[in-house]
Amino acid sequence: MTVSEIHARLLDRFGSDVVLTLNTEAIDHWIEVAAGRMADVAAFLKQDEALQFDNLTDLSAVDYLEPDPKKQKKFEHEPHVEVVYHLYSFPLKHRCTIKVKLPRWKDDQEGSLPEVPSVAHVWAIADWHEREAFDLMGIRFLGHPNLLRILCPDDWVGHALRKDYEFPLEYHGIRGM
Amino acid sequence: MAIQTEDPRVIEFDVRTDEMLVNMGPQHPSTHGVLRLLLRTDGEVVHECTPHIGYLHRCAEKIGENLAGPQWIPYTDRMDYLAGMNMNLGMSLAYEKLLGMELPEKAVTLRVIIAELGRIASHLVGMGAYGLDLGSFSPFLYAFREREIILDLFEEACGARLTYSYLTIGGATHDLPGMIEIPPGLAALTGHKPETRMTWTDATLLFLEHLEKRVAEYHTLLTRNSIFIKRTAGIGVMPAEMAISYGCSGPVLRGSGVDFDLRRDGEPIYTRMYEGYNYKIPVPPFEEAPPEVVVGDNWCRFYVRMIELVESIGLVRQALAKYPSTEGAYRVPFKMSTKLPKDECYLETECPRGQMGFYLVGNGQAEPLRARAKSSCFCNLSVTGPLCQGVLLADIPAIVGSLDIVMGEIDR
Repeated sequence: MTVSEIHARLLDRFGSDVVLTLNTEAIDHWIEVAAGRMADVAAFLKQDEALQFDNLTDLSAVDYLEPDPKKQKKFEHEPHVEVVYHLYSFPLKHRCTIKVKLPRWKDDQEGSLPEVPSVAHVWAIADWHEREAFDLMGIRFLGHPNLLRILCPDDWVGHALRKDYEFPLEYHGIRGM
Repeated sequence: MAIQTEDPRVIEFDVRTDEMLVNMGPQHPSTHGVLRLLLRTDGEVVHECTPHIGYLHRCAEKIGENLAGPQWIPYTDRMDYLAGMNMNLGMSLAYEKLLGMELPEKAVTLRVIIAELGRIASHLVGMGAYGLDLGSFSPFLYAFREREIILDLFEEACGARLTYSYLTIGGATHDLPGMIEIPPGLAALTGHKPETRMTWTDATLLFLEHLEKRVAEYHTLLTRNSIFIKRTAGIGVMPAEMAISYGCSGPVLRGSGVDFDLRRDGEPIYTRMYEGYNYKIPVPPFEEAPPEVVVGDNWCRFYVRMIELVESIGLVRQALAKYPSTEGAYRVPFKMSTKLPKDECYLETECPRGQMGFYLVGNGQAEPLRARAKSSCFCNLSVTGPLCQGVLLADIPAIVGSLDIVMGEIDR
């Protein structure tokens, strides 16, 4: 199935409130899904006969922000973060990219992390990928069984892949550069 | 006086043990780098195994966001440091996909030669280190002896022995070398004089011929060794559904009986590299396997690697035969300041350890907005928790070793 057909099928099942835009101009066509219903969409993507996306090849997050005020004019995106799911189906051999757009901070309060439902119960590998996205990008996955930092130490402050992240000058008496 | 045997129930009560937490690593030699496994054991039986990672985290993705493509290539070398060439290739292909670059036939063939040699070198370490995990020291030394020659050949091609940065966006940094002095290891093994000069191609072919004969010896040393079979057959059995759900890839996925290899099933930009080549993709059940072997166990994962090594020898030979008659240049020029389009792409390639994915988001500048490296070992390692439930403590190195992980790639 092409991504356009997958989009049509999702639209048929969930309606236009949940399944948002389809981008066919990008190199890898992608579908945007409303954040609140991601877990339901994921379960459908895996179980539906015509889709059968049994493999989550990658889950990552992107921070759309230009911290440099001089470059902000050229930057076309509104500040937000995106969770990107790359899916593959072994039985049907098709690929699809699903995106979820989130505000950079929940309710615009700096420090309170944006939230999206976890898909760890659908694809087991999402457990670790979501922990990594939480650790490095600061996204809270609701319903995740064990949402702890995975690469950084447990007491690390901040989320390193955020564009406005400030590198700590000291960690437990170890001085940085 | 006859020895009085006690009631077995009493004995069992006597040797009953308390649960114990065992920290394996991060400096344990059989954990392949700085991996820490937290084991909850009851006597010899492991009830729970929790991997703790991140000891080698070097923020490679954050660095990638601040560098132009060619500048990031050395960092990809240091992710999977046992297969640097394949990592360079994956990252270069992702950039080429984003920029819509077409490569001449010569550059593509060169990449096949180098990537498959890299696969051989990586699988040799995988094989040797696995023997080491199971207490057999000699295969490790033999594997390193052969790998040394590949490193010498790579050194002639690009000057580096571990972190190559040879395959780059648009092809390779140099063409394959012409006349070289025979690598010392190869001279010693084949009886040539140390100062013998031959072409790089001839040296590679000579090495492959030598290696092919040695593979039979590795099989005697490990594959068909009865101790090795007892340690691996039927242990760490991973069903295909589990492997797919945990996102396993490469030999770990194929070892579970899933017939999938990105060289054949990947995206066109990658599969067209391997068009016209004749090679098999090994998938269990194997006819020649010992009767104790179950599909998805340690032995299958190991054996898939061994067969892939032989298939790669064939691939290098075919590519070397084709190389002199290929058209075009070994690279197309690529400027460091090339602006990336406001687009994004994701590309996976078949590295020796599995599917390595690169996700790039361009933003009209030379540096990407996001440079994500999805690690295959990261996914393969995540399966250790469920795989190690209820096994014996001594089987933990056997299972973790069979996944053939490299911590540099997991932690990035």
